[in-house]
Amino acid sequence: MKTHIRGLAVGLSVTLSAALAATPALAQTPKRGGTMTYMIPADAPPSLDGHKENTFATLHATAPFYSTLISINPDNPASSTDFVCDLCTEMPKPTDDGKTYTFKIRKGVKFHDGTPLTAADVAKSWQYIVHPPKGVSSAREAYMVMVDSVENPDDETVVFKLKFATSAFVPALADPFAFIYKKDILEKDPTWYEKNVLGSGPFKFSSYEIGQSIKGVRNPDYYHQGKPYLDGFNAIFAAKQSVRVDAIRADRAVTEFRGMPPSARDELVKELGDKVTVQTGDWNCVNLLTPNQKKKPFDDVRVRRALALAIDQWKGAPALSKIATVHTVGGLVFPGSPLAATKEELTKLVGFGTDIEKARAEARRLLKEAGAEGLKFELMNRNVDQPYKFIATWAIDEWSKIGLKVTQKVLPTGPFYEGLRAGSFEVAVEFNCQNLVNPLLDVAKVLPRSVYPENYGGYEDPKLIELYNAMLHETDPAKQREKMRAFETYALDTQVDTIMTPWWERIIVARSYMKGWKISPSHYINLNLANIWLDK
Amino acid sequence: MYRYILNRLLLSIPTLIGAAALVFVLMRLIPGDICMVRLGGSGGTVSPSALAACHAQIGLERPLPLQFLDFIGGFAVGDFGTSMWSGKPVIQEIASRLPVSLEIALLATIVAVAIAIPLGTISALKQNSWLDHVVRTVAIAGIATPSFWLGILSILIVLDVSHYLFGHPWMPSIDYVPLWDDPLGNLSIVILPAITIGYRYSAVTMRMTRSAMLEVLREDYIRTARAKGLIEQLIVNRHALKNAMLPVVTLVGIEFAFLIGGLVVTEQVFNLNGIGRLFVQAVQNQDYTLTQALVMLTVAIFVVTNLVVDVLYAWLDPRIRFG
Repeated sequence: MKTHIRGLAVGLSVTLSAALAATPALAQTPKRGGTMTYMIPADAPPSLDGHKENTFATLHATAPFYSTLISINPDNPASSTDFVCDLCTEMPKPTDDGKTYTFKIRKGVKFHDGTPLTAADVAKSWQYIVHPPKGVSSAREAYMVMVDSVENPDDETVVFKLKFATSAFVPALADPFAFIYKKDILEKDPTWYEKNVLGSGPFKFSSYEIGQSIKGVRNPDYYHQGKPYLDGFNAIFAAKQSVRVDAIRADRAVTEFRGMPPSARDELVKELGDKVTVQTGDWNCVNLLTPNQKKKPFDDVRVRRALALAIDQWKGAPALSKIATVHTVGGLVFPGSPLAATKEELTKLVGFGTDIEKARAEARRLLKEAGAEGLKFELMNRNVDQPYKFIATWAIDEWSKIGLKVTQKVLPTGPFYEGLRAGSFEVAVEFNCQNLVNPLLDVAKVLPRSVYPENYGGYEDPKLIELYNAMLHETDPAKQREKMRAFETYALDTQVDTIMTPWWERIIVARSYMKGWKISPSHYINLNLANIWLDK
Repeated sequence: MYRYILNRLLLSIPTLIGAAALVFVLMRLIPGDICMVRLGGSGGTVSPSALAACHAQIGLERPLPLQFLDFIGGFAVGDFGTSMWSGKPVIQEIASRLPVSLEIALLATIVAVAIAIPLGTISALKQNSWLDHVVRTVAIAGIATPSFWLGILSILIVLDVSHYLFGHPWMPSIDYVPLWDDPLGNLSIVILPAITIGYRYSAVTMRMTRSAMLEVLREDYIRTARAKGLIEQLIVNRHALKNAMLPVVTLVGIEFAFLIGGLVVTEQVFNLNGIGRLFVQAVQNQDYTLTQALVMLTVAIFVVTNLVVDVLYAWLDPRIRFG
């Protein structure tokens, strides 16, 4: 009884803290000053170059130094469709049947070395992202397939010409890694930004101790008037969760911007009460259980269907959410997106039904029909606790209920990817975690490898590609939604190319004196710290 | 003496080459690709062109024998190359971490020696007394307690005690400050890990000191010294302890060398940016150049430490002479 009451108290304080966190930023006048220390839950990033890297560790360390052309609205980051100008003066309306976007660039913006930032810098940065010269890598090249060219007819204008009109373009343009670099430097040495920082963002680079910390000080010439509020920041790298929790507990750090598991949240709330605030929300990350269709019996759709039918999504999600960073049952599309399936639409898909006993009976029948009763196989997983191992343990238990005997094989990141690429696994716990919500591009993960290099399901399927292309080129929202349903139904129900697990939940615990920051569905966005102030 | 040292240094060359060949081969046997970990580890899309550009940039496409010759040639002239992960010179990567690990190792050694030698000696002198039993219990507990667990426990104790005393939990700064910038701040950061490591270290050393002392105290020359009527303090300090130190010095030397690169978990618990943590990151990231350099550094530290221990032997026991 005592435990239940304590649990209730923690739950209430979490909700209360979250409510408090959401309201006062608008009501209070931001205070200037102070240096904020926050944790980066990673070891040192490979480099400081946003154009080349994919890891959040690079962004959490360098986003405050840079500007981007557009971004998700920092006052409404939970939205997946609210984009605002950062360096541009206003969001343009597309012309040329949706194939041309013309951006006007702010005047008077300066790089931190005092030189002016012009449209030439914006265009050159984007040219390197979209079509990197030979020998230069861009981690975002594959996302920008729709862009034909980027030009700057004058110092205040940047024009993007697309190969085809698509509503995936604007979200892709808000990519948080798309830092605007200095044209002269890029042309002289495209690797310069790997080890150096020179941006035009709210903070100027101060110092970097590899694997220890990175520091910045306020940019007095920042073009968003009155911002940033902080005098500076000190970001500390700490891969170990207990270090980060203890740091927030002892007020050695204000927060971390990736996300904590429920146990860490509960520990901090229990210990610190109203001295911390908690913000939670759906996270644009999901684990997928991918059968290798090049291996028998997973080439048989009846077996894949049985694997999906055995899993009780609706009962599993709330139970798992108590111990792991997962929360919401969803299909291929991030649950918060207008393109996501409703519950009614989801329940029509295999594996999302509400009668689990009926589903498992059907699963047993399919396995028997396919000659795969009592099937034994290995589930390859990555050596990451949250939520990978929780997801795998849950799935194995669910599969045991239809007589499957599954063992988990946990591998470090390098060998895990090698296993995926070599196709040496039977079923793998994969993940799809994108920089910001852009469903049209995010769902490409299930496309065959000939189209999407990081698909490891081992299948080729022209019909799936056809359905995808039809959706990608569709600009009418209603028709696009219909086409998304057709694509999703084909991938998850007809072919069962992958099995969804609950979408992740992002939990951010911060010292309650940190104000002005709102949670977003991605740990890659809203990180430039320009809006944050300390109520001390 | 100098000839002996020179001989030992020359003999270390084949050891270093053997270690180099072993680590070079072993690293490449681990399945995986650093570029895939780097570009795809966070879930983003990795285009074949980005992967190829990454391979070309870090030289992974070159034939293996050439890579090995580069590594050995570079090592011979003190050039360890650049980290495949960060693109920074390996020397720079190591240099930024080495002071932290050295400082912790040195402090832990001081803590260990300061505890172990007096207690081990007392324990031997008062064999089978209640004092001996207490010291042995403390030593066995120290051997049985993992340092990282003690580290976590010590952090929680500091947090809870400070909360109780000051009304809010306190811990030293999480951002490491060098000793020469802020000695007090630095000490507040390193003292806790030094004590937690030093305790286990002292327990092992204490056991060794006790058994070595017990052995020496039964030697004929100690009996002779007592028969001559020398005072007990002189017998213990000058004749027994100095001779009992031979195995203890060996142990302290090996432990010290191990601490430089072996504090993997403790460094993570205390968020110290040392060599142990770098080692794990380098292996996890499949950063061949950095791992190779770190292994070579560790081998070199062991070679030098063993040499120092050998030289100390001569000072401790005049019967030992170098041929």
